[in-house]
Amino acid sequence: NSGIISLLRPLLLDVVPTIQQTAALALGRLANYSDDLAEAVVKGDILPQLVYSLAEQNRFYKKAAAFVLRAVGKHSPQRAQAIVDCGALDALVMCLEDFDPGVKEAAAWALGCISRHNAELSQAVVDVGAVPLLVLCVQEPEVALKRIASSALGDISKHSPELAQTAVDAGAIAHLAQMILNPDAKLKHQVLSALGQIAKHSVDLAEMVVEAEIFPVVLTCLKDKDEYVKKSACTLIREIAKHTPELSQLIVNTGGVAAVTDCIGTCRGNVRLPGIMMLGYVAAHSENLAMAVIISKGVPQLSICLSEEPEDHIKAATAWALGQIGRHTSEHARAVAVTNTLPVLLSLYMSAGSSEDLQMKCKKAIKSILQKCTYLPALEPFLYDAPPNILKHVLGQFSKVLPHDSEARRLFVTSGGLKKVQEIQAEPGSLLQEYINSINNCYPEEVVRYYSPGYSDTLLQRVESYQPLTN
Amino acid sequence: MATLARLQARSSFIENQYYFRNSVVDAFRKKENCAAVKIQSWFRGCQVRAYIRHLHRVAIIIQKWWRGYLSRKLYQLKVEVAYYTMKMDLYNAMAVRIQSRWRAHKVRKYCFNYFYYKQYLRAVSEANETIREILQEYAESQESEEKKAKLEREEKRREEDTRKTHYLLSTKQIPGIYNSPFRKEPDPWELRLQKAKPLVPRRRRVQQEHCPELTAWLACTSVRSFPRPDGLPPITTKPCQGPFRNINEVLEQRYKPLEPTLRAAQPVDELKRAREEFRRQERVRNISDKMFLPFSSHHKKENYMPSLLSSSKYNPGSCRKQDFRSENPRRWVCDKDFQTIFPSIDLFAKYGKSYSKAGQIV
Repeated sequence: NSGIISLLRPLLLDVVPTIQQTAALALGRLANYSDDLAEAVVKGDILPQLVYSLAEQNRFYKKAAAFVLRAVGKHSPQRAQAIVDCGALDALVMCLEDFDPGVKEAAAWALGCISRHNAELSQAVVDVGAVPLLVLCVQEPEVALKRIASSALGDISKHSPELAQTAVDAGAIAHLAQMILNPDAKLKHQVLSALGQIAKHSVDLAEMVVEAEIFPVVLTCLKDKDEYVKKSACTLIREIAKHTPELSQLIVNTGGVAAVTDCIGTCRGNVRLPGIMMLGYVAAHSENLAMAVIISKGVPQLSICLSEEPEDHIKAATAWALGQIGRHTSEHARAVAVTNTLPVLLSLYMSAGSSEDLQMKCKKAIKSILQKCTYLPALEPFLYDAPPNILKHVLGQFSKVLPHDSEARRLFVTSGGLKKVQEIQAEPGSLLQEYINSINNCYPEEVVRYYSPGYSDTLLQRVESYQPLTN
Repeated sequence: MATLARLQARSSFIENQYYFRNSVVDAFRKKENCAAVKIQSWFRGCQVRAYIRHLHRVAIIIQKWWRGYLSRKLYQLKVEVAYYTMKMDLYNAMAVRIQSRWRAHKVRKYCFNYFYYKQYLRAVSEANETIREILQEYAESQESEEKKAKLEREEKRREEDTRKTHYLLSTKQIPGIYNSPFRKEPDPWELRLQKAKPLVPRRRRVQQEHCPELTAWLACTSVRSFPRPDGLPPITTKPCQGPFRNINEVLEQRYKPLEPTLRAAQPVDELKRAREEFRRQERVRNISDKMFLPFSSHHKKENYMPSLLSSSKYNPGSCRKQDFRSENPRRWVCDKDFQTIFPSIDLFAKYGKSYSKAGQIV
C-alpha cells in the first residue's frame, strides 16, 4: 500500500544479480499473500519485465520469477489470464526445458496454478506445448518434481475430455501408473488424483487407465496410512466404476469392493464419501453387481455410516447408495431391510433438521426398497409412523404377500398390524383403500370386525339393547 | 168285374193295410236303417283306421330310416371332429410339455443360471477374502517396516550421539561420568562409548573449477570418455538402492552421447555475443559513428560538410540527367508531358509530386 511495488520494480533491473533475485522473491511473497497485492503486481507492469528477463537469467532468478508468476496466477482466473496475456507461458515452457530440477519444479507449479482455474486457460497451457515436457518431468528422479508435474497434469486434464486426451496422447498414463508404487504419500495422492481426473471424462479414457494395469495395485493404496491417499484412490476407483457395467465387473472381480468397504470402515468424515459413492455406482448397474456388493458385506458398513456420520451430504450419499443396492429384487431389498436401516432412513426423511437433498434421497431410497421388499418384520414398524405417501407402498407390499402366506397372516394379526390397518382412514376409491380391502379380504369377516375401531362400543351397545328371554 | 168290386171294397182295407204295413215297416226301416248305418260306419271306420294304421306304420318306417340316415351322417361328422379334437389335445399336451421343459431349461441356463450365479458369488467372496488377506498382510508389512525403520533411525541417532560425546569416555586416571566408582558396574552408555569410533572432523572439499563448456564436451565423442570432475568422489556416498534396473539399460542411459536441444547447443551467453557481433558489423559498415538523429542539428547553424564521396564535381547526379527531360516544365519543348504507351508504374508517376516534403525544410 505504501508504493512498495513501484519501489521494487526498478530493483528488478539492477545490475547485481542477487538484488534482482531478492527483489523477485519479495514480489513473489507479496503476491502470494492476497489477491489485491497480486492485482497491484499485475497493474504495476512487472510481469512483462519478468517474462523478458526470464529468457536470459540464471537459475535462481528463473526460480524466483516462476514463483512470482505462480503467486499471481493462483488467486483467480483473471490474474491467470493476465499472466497468459503477457506471454509468460512461452517463458515458462522454456524453463521446463532447463536442466535444474528446481527451475523445472517452479515452472511446472506455475503452469499447474494457471491451468487450475478453467478450461480456456488449460487450453492455452496445452497450446504452448507444455504437456510433453510435463510428462518428461514426471520421469525425473526428484520426488518433488514428480509431485508437481503430476499435479499439473491432473489440473490440466480435469476440465474437459479433449484436454485429458491430450495428456493421454503424450503418454502420461503409463508413467503415472508406474508411480503408484512409490512410497511417498503426497506423490501417491497427486498421481491417483491425476489418474482420477483423466478417467472421469469418458469410457475410453477410463478403459485406457485400466489398461495400464492399475488393478489390483491401486487396492494397496487403500490401506495406506495417509487419509488423502485413501480418498484419492477411492475417487479413482469410483470414476472408473461409474461408466459401464463391464468396468464395474472388472473391479468386483479383482476384489475391489471388499477393499473399498474396509477402507470406508477405517475412515471418518469426508474421506469416506468417494468410497460410498463407488458402492452406489457399482450396485446401480445391475442386480448381479448389487448382489456382489451385498456379499462383500457392504450393506452393514453403509448402515453404520448412515448412523454415524454427522454431515448431511454424506448421509444423502449413503441413502442413495442403499437405495441403489436394494431396488433390484426382493432378495436385495431383504438384505437391506434385515440390517434395520429402513427405520433410520424413515427418521431422516421425517426429521425437520435434514436438508432438502437428504430428504429427497431418503424418500427415493425408501420407495425403491419398499416396492420390492417382502420381508414383513421390517415393514411392520412402517405401519405406525410412516406418512401416507409411503404408507401406501407398505400396504401394497402387505397386500401382495398376505394372500399367499398363512404364517405371515397369523403374525400380522398377533403383532397388531391388522388393528393398525383398520385404523387407517383412506378415501374410498384411492389406491390405499384398495390395498386395505385386499388385506381385509385375506381374513374372515369376524376377525376384521373384531379389530375395527369402536368394536368394543358396538358390543356394549348390543349388550344394552339385548332383552333376555323371560319365561 | 167282381174282382174289381171286391178290390174296390177291399181297397180301403188294402189302403189301410198297405199304409200300416208300410208304416210299421217304416218304423222298422228306420231302425234297421240306423242299425245298418251304424254297422257300416263302424266298419268303414275300422277300414279307414286299419288303413291309417298301415299308413302310419309305413310312414314310421320311412321316417325311421330317413332319420337314421341323417343321424348317421351327423354322427360321422361328430366322430371325425371328436377324433380330431382328441388328437389335437394330445398334440397340444405334448407340445406344452416340450415347451415347458424348454422354457425351464432356457431360463435356468441362459437367463438366470442359479448355479452359475451361486458359483460367481462364491468366487467373488473368495476374491474378496484373498484381497482382504493380501491387504492385511501388506498393511502389517508396512507397519513392521516402519517400526524397523524407526528403530534403525533411533539406533543411528544414538550411534551418532555416542560418537559425538566420545570424549566422555573414562580414562585410566579419571573415571568418566558414566563410570562412577559408586556403581557396581559401569552404565551401559559407558560400554557403548567404549565401542564407538570417535568422529573425525570433516575436511571441506576443494571448490571445483568451472566446468568446461559444452563445445569442449562435444569434442570427445567416444562413448566412455565422459569427463569426470577433479578428484574422485568418496567411496561411501549413499547406501545401495534396490531393486535395480537391467544393467545394460542403465549403462546405455548413463553413457548416452550428448544430444543437446537446439537451444542448449548454443553457448549460454549467446545473446550477448550476438549483440557484440552485430555491433562489430555495424562499426565496420557505418560511415560515421554518430547516431543518426533526424532534425538534431536543425537549430544549430552548422554548415553541412559533405563527405568525401559526395563532394566531387563528378557527382553521380550529373551523369544521367541530360538524357531525360528536365524537371523545370518551362524548359520543355512542348507543353504536354510525355505520354507513355504502357501505363507507368504508379510510384514513379507520383515522383516529385506526392512524396512527403520531409527532406526539405519548410
